[in-house]
Amino acid sequence: METTQAASEAAHAGASKRPIYYVWITLVVITGFETFLAYQGLELKVMLGILMTLSIIKASLIVAYFMHLRYERRNLVLTLMPAMLWVIAMLFMFFPDSIRLYELRPK
Amino acid sequence: MAGGHEAIGNPAAPLDAAGESVWSGGASPYAVPSKKFGMWLFIVSDSITFSSLIIAYSYVRLASPHWPRPFEFWPSIVNATVMTLVLLTSSLTMVLAVHAAKHGDRNRVVRWMLLTGLGGVIFDVLHIHEWIGLIEHGVRLFKNPWGAPLFGAAFFTLTGLHMTHVTIGVVYLTVVAIGFKRGKYTSDDVEVSGLYWHFVDLVWMFLFPLIYLLSAKTA
Repeated sequence: METTQAASEAAHAGASKRPIYYVWITLVVITGFETFLAYQGLELKVMLGILMTLSIIKASLIVAYFMHLRYERRNLVLTLMPAMLWVIAMLFMFFPDSIRLYELRPK
Repeated sequence: MAGGHEAIGNPAAPLDAAGESVWSGGASPYAVPSKKFGMWLFIVSDSITFSSLIIAYSYVRLASPHWPRPFEFWPSIVNATVMTLVLLTSSLTMVLAVHAAKHGDRNRVVRWMLLTGLGGVIFDVLHIHEWIGLIEHGVRLFKNPWGAPLFGAAFFTLTGLHMTHVTIGVVYLTVVAIGFKRGKYTSDDVEVSGLYWHFVDLVWMFLFPLIYLLSAKTA
């Protein structure tokens, strides 16, 4: 366990703070862009797609750099991420039905 | 941990860096402390909870032709954008706290962690202000003056669950900061609390555009 802790501390202590500031600036810029996008009058489905994509990019940056997963052992990433992403992706199967409800509703 | 018995069972078993067989139970396949791994497992389960709610909300949002768009640019969208910036900045200060903890700088750790907690408090205050505004306009769980009745249920459930996480996070960070200052907690505890805080930030990165921007009042 001591080796584990030492490895973890060495990874953090050696890391430069500069990428963290770049990531923060990127996240702020994306947030500003999202707010700008809200007033461009895009179709709802298109807006939802773009906003989801931007949110996933922001989430990936937070997980990789702020949560340090980029610097962890690959074993950890492969244990945590694929199953979670698969479960979340499976939830997307409901979306076509919501669009069907909207398109085929009585007018 | 278990050191010698694997040599009896299989003397040729490969050894890890600590000189223990990987089959002995003493090796750490993820090279992270168990508390950190435990927090990651919690984050995975909690992210599936939030995903279910967010996808359920998106389903209703897409399928409802008369979804309310009550959020004016001023004050609601500006307020929510400021809340987002506050959370992002609090994540930055949390990273700086973890960095200071790994360098053993106790005073800086406490300072950065309390600043992070302050970010959480500001976020909560702004959000409660938003809630009160909507409630005063007649928004309830299953009715509102504008359109699809599920708007209130979706808004209050998603943002309420998130606000609960933020509030718990503020208490958690304060306890860890004080404990670290007194020598009760280690830099690993600071890092684990940071994981939780970044996750709270991450969830808001989905809630802000989906809840606020998709319901912004446009001309």
